[in-house]
Amino acid sequence: MSASDLWSIVPELWLAGLAIFLLLVDLLTARKSLVGVVAVMGLLLSIIPIGSLLTQGARTVIFGSYAVDGFAVFFKILTVIATALVVLAAIDWLPGRSQYEGEFYALLVFTALGLVLMAASTDIILLALSIEFVSLTSYVLAGYLKGDVKSNEAGVKYFLYGAAASAVMLFGFSILYGLTGSTNLYEIARRVANAPLPALYLSIALMLSGFGFKISMVPFHQWTPDVYEGAPTPVAAYLSVASKAAGFAALVRMLMVVVDPGRLNWILLIAVLSAVSMTLGNLLALPQRNIKRMLAYSSISHAGFLLIGVAAFRGDFGTPGLLIYLLGYMFTQLGAFFVAALIGQQLGTDDIPDYAGLSRRAPVSALLMAVFMLSLTGFPPTSVFIGKFYVLAGAIDNGLLWLAIVGVVNSVISLYYYAGVIRAMYVMPAASTVPLREPAALQVALGIAGLGTLLIGLYPQPIIDLARSAVLLLRI
Amino acid sequence: MIPVPYYLTISAVLFTVGMAGVLVRRNALVIFMAIELMLNSVNLTFVAFARQLAAIEGQVAVFFVIVIAAVEVVVGLAIIIAIFRARSTVDIDDVDLLRG
Repeated sequence: MSASDLWSIVPELWLAGLAIFLLLVDLLTARKSLVGVVAVMGLLLSIIPIGSLLTQGARTVIFGSYAVDGFAVFFKILTVIATALVVLAAIDWLPGRSQYEGEFYALLVFTALGLVLMAASTDIILLALSIEFVSLTSYVLAGYLKGDVKSNEAGVKYFLYGAAASAVMLFGFSILYGLTGSTNLYEIARRVANAPLPALYLSIALMLSGFGFKISMVPFHQWTPDVYEGAPTPVAAYLSVASKAAGFAALVRMLMVVVDPGRLNWILLIAVLSAVSMTLGNLLALPQRNIKRMLAYSSISHAGFLLIGVAAFRGDFGTPGLLIYLLGYMFTQLGAFFVAALIGQQLGTDDIPDYAGLSRRAPVSALLMAVFMLSLTGFPPTSVFIGKFYVLAGAIDNGLLWLAIVGVVNSVISLYYYAGVIRAMYVMPAASTVPLREPAALQVALGIAGLGTLLIGLYPQPIIDLARSAVLLLRI
Repeated sequence: MIPVPYYLTISAVLFTVGMAGVLVRRNALVIFMAIELMLNSVNLTFVAFARQLAAIEGQVAVFFVIVIAAVEVVVGLAIIIAIFRARSTVDIDDVDLLRG
């Protein structure tokens, strides 16, 4: 390890320092929204050291345990943007619900650090630690509203489910270590050729439980609706976007680096899990009345869609498609949750029928919500459309035509429940015509999410180039 | 010396007992103990393999897993106490506000 290694992890050091600094600011000020503003500014400033990594070549630092490549940088950017938007939304949402506001922002930044570590770890010990880091802060955030029984329940469910899933994953890691005698992913990849196949299957299956839990893939999805409904809305937004993205980053790195699909056919395994996640998530979303539960089931279905990009990793479309999809989905899903947060705060309800007449009471938010719903369905010209287009092209390119057909059919099914929200907002008669107050910071976060959704949809070329270069650098 | 496969068998048994505990028991604290059992089976596997391979990484990994288990106790018990204060029960079948 050398001093130049430290320069390569400046973004991580910056985030760690920022989180500790936020705790200090929280001690010194009585105006807690100031802590949130400092957090947003600090997160935005971290784009500078992250951007400086873009021009450097792919390599591993700190004894080969940490990757500095385009893939990791892409997820750093995604995490930082998502965290900044969630903090912005929480500045308006949190006051009055919890007296511990400053710590909330600090915890979000700590979680961001864990997510960034997760996406770049190339050593199974570091990977296990960073996944656990993210899990622990997420448990606390999910159960953050101590006086709210639903939030408590979300916390305990998330904790029990997550702790069990990560114990199973660690068992998989220990078997992988035993098979290869190394904890470094690249070293494991070199030695895994001699490992007995049944034991390798077992360890991959056990590890999938940990990653599957993070990305809420069927059959590790049961926690998702309960936690999203009970957790504070900005936290639910964060879990459905940032935690999922980092889970995909770790999964892709593990599968692509370690396991040769010619030896162990994980492509078929992932393809089947993808089809099941898409279909089950969609069918369970159909009867939902609560917007957060509906978004939770739809996020399971989107996890299935994203898995197409993992299965179709050969060629120019699959993996870049996964990255484009994740970025586009981040803006859209965050936006949808922010509207839910706004309505939850102003009307005190999360039920979709209560969105009636929103087009007159909060025209801007209603219009944005309609855009997000259309984007989640996959209508052009929105960001998720570009992502879906790329992963489906990847599936066809990789000879997974059946999976592409399942994907298209599921997109059509999903239109039903997404359109239900638009129908409630624009067609159903309003219970009252009093305009809703739209708080400033939440409105800004909402605006950025809407802008991101439309910009990526209308002018995707820079994002496509970024994703392409990120994938090229992945294999060292 | 006891051969390494014996340790691996014990650890697989421990893991299975822990998994069964998570699936069958309904008290949040007992589930939590079952999870700790699973983490200990992970430790045993790491140590046994480290011994067999004469490599140090496995033993180092054990320390990290112990730390993970300890931190999970801190966060987990805090969450379980919060729910106990609100409802005077830690039976997860009674914790059922969120469903559908």
